[in-house]
Formats: sequence, C-alpha cells, structure tokens
Amino acid sequence: MSEHIVIKRVSNFIIPFIQLFSLYVIAHGDISPGGGFQGGVIFGASIILYVIAFGMKDGRTRISEILTDFMNSIGVLLFAGIGLACVIMGGAYLEYTKLAGSAGEGHGSHAEHALHLAGHLGIYGIEIGIGIVVASVMITIFFETANTQDDD
Amino acid sequence: MSFGPTTFISAAGSTPVLVIVIPLLAAMLAPIVSRIHRSVGWYLATTATFIAFLLSLSLLYTVIDGGTVSYRMGSWAPPMGIEYVVSYFNGFVLAVIAFISFIITLYGKKSVEQEIPEQKIPFFYSAYLLFIAGIMGIVITGDIFNLYVFVEITALSGYALIAMGKDRKALMASYNYLILGTIGATFLVLGIGYLYIATGTLNMNDLMQRLPEIYDSTTVITAFAFIMVGLCLKLALFPLHIWLPNVYTYSPSIVSALMAATSTKVMAFVLLRIMFTVFTPEFVLEVVPVTKILIVMSCVAIIMGSLIALGQTNIKRMLAYSSIGQIGYITLGAAIATETAMTGSLIHILNHALMKGMLFMVVGAVVYKTGIVNIKDMEGLGKRMPWTMAAFTIGAMSMIGFPFTVGFISKWYLATGAIGAGMWYLVPVLLVSSIMTAFYFWRVVESVYFKGRSARIDTLKSPHHSDEAPFGMVVTTLFLAGLCIYFGLWASGPVEVAKNAAAFLLGS
Amino acid sequence: MIEIILGKYNYWIYIALMMIGFYAMIAKENLVKKILGMNIFQTGVILLYVSISKVSGGTVPIIWDKGGPYDNPLPHVLMLTAIVVSVSTTAVALALIVRIYKSYGTIEDDQIVVINSHDGDKEIPSEKASTII
Repeated sequence: MSEHIVIKRVSNFIIPFIQLFSLYVIAHGDISPGGGFQGGVIFGASIILYVIAFGMKDGRTRISEILTDFMNSIGVLLFAGIGLACVIMGGAYLEYTKLAGSAGEGHGSHAEHALHLAGHLGIYGIEIGIGIVVASVMITIFFETANTQDDD
Repeated sequence: MSFGPTTFISAAGSTPVLVIVIPLLAAMLAPIVSRIHRSVGWYLATTATFIAFLLSLSLLYTVIDGGTVSYRMGSWAPPMGIEYVVSYFNGFVLAVIAFISFIITLYGKKSVEQEIPEQKIPFFYSAYLLFIAGIMGIVITGDIFNLYVFVEITALSGYALIAMGKDRKALMASYNYLILGTIGATFLVLGIGYLYIATGTLNMNDLMQRLPEIYDSTTVITAFAFIMVGLCLKLALFPLHIWLPNVYTYSPSIVSALMAATSTKVMAFVLLRIMFTVFTPEFVLEVVPVTKILIVMSCVAIIMGSLIALGQTNIKRMLAYSSIGQIGYITLGAAIATETAMTGSLIHILNHALMKGMLFMVVGAVVYKTGIVNIKDMEGLGKRMPWTMAAFTIGAMSMIGFPFTVGFISKWYLATGAIGAGMWYLVPVLLVSSIMTAFYFWRVVESVYFKGRSARIDTLKSPHHSDEAPFGMVVTTLFLAGLCIYFGLWASGPVEVAKNAAAFLLGS
Repeated sequence: MIEIILGKYNYWIYIALMMIGFYAMIAKENLVKKILGMNIFQTGVILLYVSISKVSGGTVPIIWDKGGPYDNPLPHVLMLTAIVVSVSTTAVALALIVRIYKSYGTIEDDQIVVINSHDGDKEIPSEKASTII
C-alpha cells in the first residue's frame, strides 16, 4: 500500500480536521444536535481512515490494543461514575444539578447559575464518556474484523 | 458538602438503580483491573453479584413493608422520565435472579479457568456481568422502551458469552441465536412503536391507564401481537424454540447454567408483566383471547419438550429440551390466569431457576472433572462423584415433581389452579409430562448408579477411586440442592410472596 | 383504495423493507447476506418510528427563535438507541462470522451444517480436564 501517496497525503491533511470536527460535535451535544455518539463515530472514522491509508501495523502503533481496551472501559466508567456522583450528592441517578452541591441551594441568581453550570457540566461529562466509548469501540471493531491473522 | 450519614440514606433511596449500576461498573472495571492480576475478574464478579443480591433483598423487604417503590432516573417525573418500579412481583423475581447469579458466579471460578482461554477471562467476566446487569434492568424497569434496550444488552452480551464455548459449534449456535433473537427483539420494538403511536407514552403504568379506552383499535391489537410473538421467540416457547438447544449445549458450562436459570425465566416474566400490567387481565382474557392460544401452545411445549428430551444422548441437550417443556409450565399458569395458577407459575420461575441452574452446575462439574457430556459415558459416575451425583438426583426428583421437593409445589399449584378454573383436562398434560420427565431423568440416574463403569471413565486417571469436583463447585451445587428440598418442605415463604404477586398481577 | 396506498405510503415502505430483510434473514444461506437482511429489517422499524414523528408543518425540534410546531423528537431519540443496538448487533455478528470463517473455512450455512453433521458430538478432551486441577 506504500505507493498510494495521494491517499496518504490527503488523509494526513484531512484527519486533523475530522478530529477537530468530532470534538466540536461532542462539545455542542448538550444544546444542539450532535453529542457523544455522533462525535465519537466521527472520531472513530478518522482513525479508521488512517488505518486504511497507512495499514494495520502503523495504525496499531498509533492506537494500541491496550489503549482501546482502556478507553472502552473508561468511557462507561465516566458515564456511570457521574451518575453515581449524583447519587452520592443526594440526588437521583444522573440528576446533574445535584452536582452543584451546597452552591446550588437556596434562591437567587447565584444558586441558579450554579445549578445551570452543574447541569451543563454533567451532560458534558456524559457526552465525553460516550464519545470515548463509541470511538474506541468503532476502532476495536474495525481492527478485530479486519484482522486476518490467525491469532483468534 | 459532607459525607455524613445522610449520604448513605440518600444513596439507600437509590437502591433500584444501584442494583444495575454495580454489576455494570464491575463489568467495565474487569478488563482494566485484570491487568494487575489475572484472577481479579472472578473476585470482582463475586463481589458485584453479592452486593446486587443484598441490594435486591433489601428492596424486596422495602416492598413487603411499604408497597411499591418507584425510582425516577435523573429526577424526571414519569411518564416523561424513565421510571424504575419495584413491586411485589418484580421484587421477588429480582431477588431470585440476583441470588442465582451470585451462586453461579461463586461456583464458576474453576470452571471458567478451565473452559475459557486465559487471556479472554477478563472479557468473559465483563460480558458476564453485563449480562447480569441487563437481566436486572429488564426486571426492574418501568419504561417499555428501556425494557427493549435491556433486552438487547442482555442478548448482545449473551451472544458473546455463548461464542466462548470450546466447540466450534458454539459459534453457529451463537449466530443462529443472534438472528432469531434479533427478529424477536425487533418485533418487540415494532410492537412498542405501535403502542406509542396509539397512546403517545412509553411508561408502563401510563400505558395501562391509557390503553383500556382503545382496546378495540387494530393498532393496539397489532402491537400486542408483535410483542407476544417477539417475546415468545425470546423465551423459546415450543415452535419458536429452535435456537435454544444448541445454545445450552455448546456454551461454556457456567453460561449454560446462568442462561438456563435466568434468561428465559426473565423473558417469561416480561411476558407476564406485559400481559397483565401493561395490558390488563380483561384484555388478554376477553378482548383478544390470547390466553386460550397460550394454553394450547403451553401444553404443546410441555409435551413436546419432554418428548424430545426423551431421545437425547447429550445430557446438556436433554436438559435444554427439558427447559423448553418447563417454560411451558410458566406460560400455562399465566394463561390460566387464576390466582392459584398464577402463583404456581411465579413460584415455578423461582423453582425452575433453582433446579435447572443446579442441574447445569452438576453437568458443569462433570465436564470439569471428566469431560463427559454423553449420558452413556456417565455410567458408574455415582461412585466417582458421589456428592455431585446426589445433587443431580435431588434435582431430577424436583424436576419430576416428587413430593417434598420444590417441583412438587409449583406443579401442585398449577394443577389445583387448572382444576379451580374448570380446566381439568390440563391435569393429564401435567401428569403425562411428569411421567416423561421421570423417564428421561431415570435414564440418567440409572446409568449413573446402577451400571458398571463406562469405558470412558476407565480411560481417566485412577478410575476406581472417587474423584470429586473442587470444593467450591460441590458446596454451591449442594447448597442449591438443599434449597430445592428446603423450599419443598417449607414453601410458605416464597408461596406467600408469589401469592401476593399473583394477586397484584390480576389486579385483585 | 388509492388513498390507502398513497396516503399511508410510509407504512408500505417500512413493511416492504421489513419483508425484504426478513426474507433475507430466513432464506439466504450466506451468513453475511443474512446480516445484510437483518440490517434492512431493522432499518424498516427505524423508518416507521421516524415517519410517525412527523408533525405536518413541523420543523426541526430545536428550540429556536421562531417557535412554531416542531416534529416530535422522542421517536428520533429512541431510534438513536435502536441504531446503536443495530450497529452493535451487526458488529457482534460480523465478529462471529470472522471466527466462523476461521474455524469452518466457509460462511455458507448449508456447508456448515454438513461439516457439523460429520463432526458428531465432539467432547472436551478429558486429558486437559484432569491436568488443570
């Protein structure tokens, strides 16, 4: 595959933009269309593009198996952990506003602001978690199904 | 903020969600923590299932004391938000499932180490815990779309677990289950879609209140039909059972035990739940007389399951066909729809989980020590593995419905329920199936105790001595065997809960 | 008659798609074709959900300045989940097919059945069973 110079150059040029766009989609997921799933898919696609252009071996040196395994778990742990944090702060599971803690108690614009911020940050955390999982799962699936060696 | 006692009190209010989140967290931790040490996966799984079991017990007590518990995800009020509901009915099933999965996890350490390649064990436990989390979710959720999601989580982790079987046939078993399971789940989601079209809600309580006005609409009837067919595929009711025997036969022993004890039971539970708490007894008895069809199908399942089991040579396959027959008992009790029969049906969910889980654990122990799965090769095994085979005999007696075992209790309630409903013609079906069950289990017991050693056992090391399975396996198996007798003698506890649950289901 | 066909065309399309997928899942021998059928089957349901969410004259359900009728966003969200489920099922199925191909050397269902019938009820070798303890 080494002679496909055009594919490699174009991929090299385009992949950073794809990844930047995926971060944009994740970051805007809480108030507009987009979010962790879509952003994660885009990010995963950028890595898959890289592997298609540069080959499996080069791809695995960039994104190792250990890394994807960790990302799979850490994304879900982030999601579930934020939910549990809400429970520990005295709310229901995934009740983000409770993350504000004592700052969100009482009335007035200050408390309201804290609640608002906590709600947004909670959702951001969830979106980032989902993004990590989806991206790493896509990469894992691609590597595993594309892997033709007999190592099971 | 402070982590005072109030933290724990408020966290205690979140028990319904913690029951699911703890196995889920453990499932995700398993691959990471296993990098530190290989055997951590099992400890993690045991701890997580044990905590889930304790939480589900506390939930059951809360429900018995104070009535139905409702939990709002993210504090969004139902019917908008997702609601987790624990009533008499599912609190009972939840505790049963959590208990069985804890015991099977405890049992499975050595069996998993032998049957699963070492580098895959962390991922095995990950999928295993995900499966348990999914099953708990199915039981506890009060939102019908959430139910579909949990059904799929369970199914997907189930496919992975089955495919880890040693035989390459496990792959095809998993694949065929995947195809049929997806058809079932897609029918389920299609039915849910129709219900949403008709009512505009997905909350089960809300559906129950809104549906009666439009019971005669074809949309609702179509929805019901799709959901029924989808669920019957998932719970392997007789003509839709073809995925089940291969799955139980070729998956790893511990997975066979777990799936036989929990997954079809839970789908039967979902069937009951949708028939009686999303729709009402009035709908299933009068508007669309689905119970009449279900009675016929259950009888066919009971007879055919036992009949096919008679002809099997592989013991795992025999138990699988026996399961198909036993599922018929559960749906039969639901279809008769009187309080006594329903009690029998619900108690059979517990009893069958105990018995079949235990029988598959016995087979797992035999496979672990000898690798034998053919009934003919089991000849003379009674001397070699006396404790394991004693447990098998108790399980077999239970399956037949011998007095003083759990099997008797559920069959008694089913039979009296059938007579009470004026369906005396169902009693011979139960009787014939019991006799057939006796035949196919007797075949095994006979070859285990009353025949000389098989050539297969002679090829093992020191064929003359007893060579029992590891301590952990024997103890857990015998513990379940003890429970089979205990709940047969002192059945009042579970029967009381099941009666209340049946009354709750029938809305009286 | 023509109203039933044209007025409810979304239902006809989804039924046709589901039937095509269903046929492929049941009748095709090639395991990958079955998975293609499964995807079409699930897409049919997704189409049903999305088409029922349309409100006549409705716009994208994002709260924006102009207000007005919005399409029902809930089915879209539900189908997002269903798409995830569909993708995961496909991934598991493809992974299984890769392993089936590695151990059987074919992905034709009828050939695998033949191979399996030659296999008989293979058992777990007992020498391994007794060494690990």
